Amino acid sequence: MLVTFPHMGSAYVTLKALLEDLGVDVLVPPPCTKRTLELGTKYAPELACLPLKINIGNYIESLEKGADTIVMAGGCGPCRFGYYAEVQREILKDLGYRFEMVVLERPQGNVRDFIDRISLLTGGKSIFRVISAIKRATGVSIEMDNLERLGWEVRPREIKKGSASSLMKSFHSEVHGVKGTREINSLIRDYRRRMEQVETADEDILKIGIVGEIYTVIEPFVSIGIAEKLGDLGVEVDKSITLSYWIVNHLIKEALHMHDKREIEEAAKPYLKNFVGGHGQESIANTVIYKKKCYDGVIQLLPFTCMPEIVAQSILPRVSHDHDIPAMTLVLDEMTGEAGYLTRLEAFVDLIKRKKEMARDHEKKLLSRG
Amino acid sequence: MKKSYYLGVDVGSVSTNIVLVDDNRELVYRDYLRTMGQPIRVIQEGIRALRSRMGDIDIKGAGATGSGRNLAGIIIGADIVKNEITAHAVAALHINPEVKTILEIGGQDSKIIILRDGIVSDFAMNTVCAAGTGSFLDRQASRLGIPIEEFGALALKSTAEVRIAGRCAVFAESDMIHKQQLGHKTEDIILGLCSALVRNYLNNLGKGKEILEPVIFQGGVAANCGIVKAFEKELGLEVNVPPHHDVMGAIGAALLSADAAERKGYTSFTGLDIVECEFSVRPLDCKGCANLCEVIEIMKNGEAVACWGDRCGRWSNRMTKLA
Repeated sequence: MLVTFPHMGSAYVTLKALLEDLGVDVLVPPPCTKRTLELGTKYAPELACLPLKINIGNYIESLEKGADTIVMAGGCGPCRFGYYAEVQREILKDLGYRFEMVVLERPQGNVRDFIDRISLLTGGKSIFRVISAIKRATGVSIEMDNLERLGWEVRPREIKKGSASSLMKSFHSEVHGVKGTREINSLIRDYRRRMEQVETADEDILKIGIVGEIYTVIEPFVSIGIAEKLGDLGVEVDKSITLSYWIVNHLIKEALHMHDKREIEEAAKPYLKNFVGGHGQESIANTVIYKKKCYDGVIQLLPFTCMPEIVAQSILPRVSHDHDIPAMTLVLDEMTGEAGYLTRLEAFVDLIKRKKEMARDHEKKLLSRG
Repeated sequence: MKKSYYLGVDVGSVSTNIVLVDDNRELVYRDYLRTMGQPIRVIQEGIRALRSRMGDIDIKGAGATGSGRNLAGIIIGADIVKNEITAHAVAALHINPEVKTILEIGGQDSKIIILRDGIVSDFAMNTVCAAGTGSFLDRQASRLGIPIEEFGALALKSTAEVRIAGRCAVFAESDMIHKQQLGHKTEDIILGLCSALVRNYLNNLGKGKEILEPVIFQGGVAANCGIVKAFEKELGLEVNVPPHHDVMGAIGAALLSADAAERKGYTSFTGLDIVECEFSVRPLDCKGCANLCEVIEIMKNGEAVACWGDRCGRWSNRMTKLA
């Protein structure tokens, strides 16, 4: 059995660590490239959203390399993601591929069922071993997210341009050579130390929060590497949704009925009282929360035709106005031309920079008067 | 005292505009050229024309904008390379510091820029929908055999507007053909088309935005009085078209370059003799990974001066190291 899974940013690091700890042979799909996209758009329904297409490209590239089992996440709710695994399985079958697909979804009141599915992969290892591997892998996802976050902090401040990006690049090439949660964690920590040592200038920089649909927020191939691009424009970014957030809150806490959505619901309440699927409600709530945390702007990302985020998109101008925080929406699809996106990012950064300068001038005036 | 000037170059998908402003930030020279898919040659031709009109003048700063801004920046040695949204806003604020809304429709894209207290507070840009841009009007004009310059005036002659679908260029075109086959007058259809384009623009870009006066309308399409009228009707506001509406981006770049060069204390402008330089491009098909990036190297007199197009930075970083 050679197990593979779709790419979503650095999520492969966590999945690889988990499966390796469980003694499963893993094939990490080749990184997302134009070929991945081409395969996906060729075989997926034209009207499907972009992540489904990229997933299919990932599977085909992995199956070509000899994988025979696909692990995919599932879900339910008013978002097409819940059907991804089923549709993808049928498409690949029609293409004549032979494989098994294991769908892992949030245990809905039945933790046992979830564990059973995992044992399909692990060949009946004890439930305690599986649970402890999940626990360790969750730790990897948290460490990984912290490393990326540190990269977003360092990039706009680094003195030698490109240091953070080249460290992350070398991490991603080295991680293929190590196995299991223990080794991967120690590699992440090693890179964390190296990232901390990058020489930075203590500049007063701009901060932008990124909200939106989880896949486009996390996968740099479809979001034209927005975190890096903004970093190079001298902006620190934060992503409101990360893999560890998803694992801890949606997989673990919701299964145990411990997921506390009060902060999100409270923040979104004046605008959107209901769950609209995906992370639509979170996009609204996090815009409000970013303002409270003194961020200078918010960028919303969504794949073309994403229903939950379209709901959020139409509310966003109002939130932006009420809370005086500039917000911009970028809709992503299969375009690989970056010029239009870069123009918008640059203009948005210009906008928030000028706004901040004006606010500071105003403050100075008030102080000098006093 | 010899006068000094600032150069602004806006390389767009359809037109390349070159302007000069003087020390008093007044426009003294303007040129509107068709890009014709050959930005490097057009920039050189434009500079040659400028030199023959103005002589060997003292240029103290140069700025580039438009979708070809990076290329233009390399060729002229720009002191500042700015996105077109900021450039358009700077130019409009120069004309009217009170401006609150800028409508801009160019060949391949359209923008709305909202300003408050002299700064950009919000903007939106459309690059995916052809129905809201100038090239769609161009196409329909040529289909009807009407010169684009007369398009707007003809629309104003209409007395009974025909409704045309505005959501999509393909829908609009089939609607137009259908109405024309029913026997509707050309001017009525054209007025309908102007309204459809304005509706599409406002639905696409204006959604959720507070459009307040003063409103400035710029870009090539602002020359079309039918569209101006349609905007005024739809918005219920007065829409102003500045005299140099079609080169506002270049004016913005020139104004920005004046500030940038002043801050730096010198200009990086390569000089008017760039018309004698030999520029060429060398395509490199990178086979480093499955992305197969189409990398381009820009050569000046046989020497590589810039390189871009790679996702990973393997080629472009090499250039920054050289620089």
